[in-house]
Amino acid sequence: MNTLIVAPLLVPLATFVLTLLCRRAPRMAGALSLLGALALTGVGIGLVALADQGQIFATQAGGWAAPYGISLVIDRLSAAMVAITGIVGVATIVFSMARDADAARGADFHPLVHGLLVGVCGAFITGDVFNLYVWFEVLLVGSFALLVLGGGKRRVSGTVVYVALNLVATMMFLLAAGMLYGATGSLNMALLAEQFAQGQVPPTAQPAVVLMLTAFAIKAALFPVFGWLPASYHVAWTPVSALFAGLLTKVGVYALIRIVTLTAPEPGLVHDILLWVACATMLIGVLGATAQMEVRRILSFHIVSQVGYMVLGLALATPLALAGAVFYLIHHIVVKANLFLIGGIAAHLSGSERLAAMGGLYARAPWLALLFAIPALSLAGIPPLSGFWAKFLLVKASLDATAWIAAAVALATGIFTLLSMSKIWNEAFLKPQAAGTTTAQHGAGLRPAVLATASLGVLTVAIGLGAGPVMDYAVAAAEQLAAPASYIQAVIAAGGG
Amino acid sequence: MEVLVSITVGLLVAIGIWMLLDGSLLRVVIGIVVLGNGVNLAVFASGRLGARAAAFITDAGAPPLAADPLPQALVLTAIVIGFALFVFALAVLKRSWEAHDTVEADRISAVAEEAATDTMPDAPAGRDTAAERGT
Repeated sequence: MNTLIVAPLLVPLATFVLTLLCRRAPRMAGALSLLGALALTGVGIGLVALADQGQIFATQAGGWAAPYGISLVIDRLSAAMVAITGIVGVATIVFSMARDADAARGADFHPLVHGLLVGVCGAFITGDVFNLYVWFEVLLVGSFALLVLGGGKRRVSGTVVYVALNLVATMMFLLAAGMLYGATGSLNMALLAEQFAQGQVPPTAQPAVVLMLTAFAIKAALFPVFGWLPASYHVAWTPVSALFAGLLTKVGVYALIRIVTLTAPEPGLVHDILLWVACATMLIGVLGATAQMEVRRILSFHIVSQVGYMVLGLALATPLALAGAVFYLIHHIVVKANLFLIGGIAAHLSGSERLAAMGGLYARAPWLALLFAIPALSLAGIPPLSGFWAKFLLVKASLDATAWIAAAVALATGIFTLLSMSKIWNEAFLKPQAAGTTTAQHGAGLRPAVLATASLGVLTVAIGLGAGPVMDYAVAAAEQLAAPASYIQAVIAAGGG
Repeated sequence: MEVLVSITVGLLVAIGIWMLLDGSLLRVVIGIVVLGNGVNLAVFASGRLGARAAAFITDAGAPPLAADPLPQALVLTAIVIGFALFVFALAVLKRSWEAHDTVEADRISAVAEEAATDTMPDAPAGRDTAAERGT
């Protein structure tokens, strides 16, 4: 049991070391990397099956009892996040085996990806605030190096922005963790939650919580602190930006969900502010996308907009809204990573990712048009794809909570999203490619890329058509989040030894 | 003691943020370090500073007036991580200087906003060039 709980850390860590040792054997490193990601997916699915029994599993690192040992906790949400992390990891690694001439391809890619995955999985399963900070740093270091991989003016420029703003956010988080310890004498999430639930917290803890939530808001790219994301994601190598698009902001969202549900179980001021922030994020993100004329830059702004939906679910704080947020997380990670990958294939085939220079892909590669249509329509929330159910849950929850404005913004954002997607569709797929711009490239060597994107597309359709079980799972996960008592009890009962 | 440390933390954070807002990337990187050290000091101070004894537990039990060891452990971790990130930031700064030939933050960040360069028409699509070079 305990082995399975720490497996999300051990598997990518072992893969990291092995791929690092195989630097001189690229094929071997690629195979090991894929194997590691598949194993992580397997572990994730195992954890989902385990967590779906309804119990919360916890273990203490080093065998020290709760406040002294570092708690690792698996509930339904963290299990699902680990599984989906594994799936995105597999898709990214398979895609990276397609043959393009990007300078980022090389021996460093695979170890860095698994280094990043260690941090992401660690953040999902930890039950300790300072430990969460450490995992944030681990994933940050991996993401810094991955972003700049391949070099060149544009990538270095994007990395400068990304590094500076993320370091500031991480420092805010560290300061908040220190202040929280100073005020409460504990950093264990379960013990903190217990103190907050019983109202024993000194008033000095409140600024610490606010500072921490601000740091997570930067990580999750919420309005008004999302500027770093559209300034950096589009410069990376396609698989790297897909990995970032799928996972990184969602770690911030996950941390927000975790900390808000544990420290503010009753709706209050925090939720009111989050509601407005969520609405502004949805709208500003989608409006920002309309001004962009490159595939990945459009998609980057849509990440911002979509994060707003998840935070909307958190802000409403009803069990249905939280279920919507969880469902949205699962749906969004798959769809967003897939869109970035497909954008990469489209850019490869047209020789450019500027919409002006693209075109004619519907005639040349109808299969790609289909692959694009699935996640694009899902992102906009067209039934019966996964995005429809995610948006449906959130809009219904807003209406139930009489948050009319939020419901209206959520629906309007869906329409604008469809508008953006049809812009990409018209420019890249329907319009004939202008002669003499760039030479279109052939699709040779793209088989792994197609395999990766098609699998994610099938997953999107499967989540959409088989929404029942996923929704049951999301509702059950939300019930666990809404009642922190079982979380607290599981961690404290885990004890030492 | 706490008052003195609080003022120092405030000063370091103020200087750090002021330097972060500077137009020169070099000052931004140094600002991150100063800010980081201010934060580290604040984390250290969260364990209270009045203690007289090291937190070694002997057979006689914990000494009276022992320091709180947890923030010390936290701050050690944070210093090590912060140092690694500072080194990475310096490496990015060097690369950025080589690539852009300037340390002006605005001009550097504007490069990422430029239109994407199109891939070379003659780039071999079907061949894995980097793997052949063995990089």
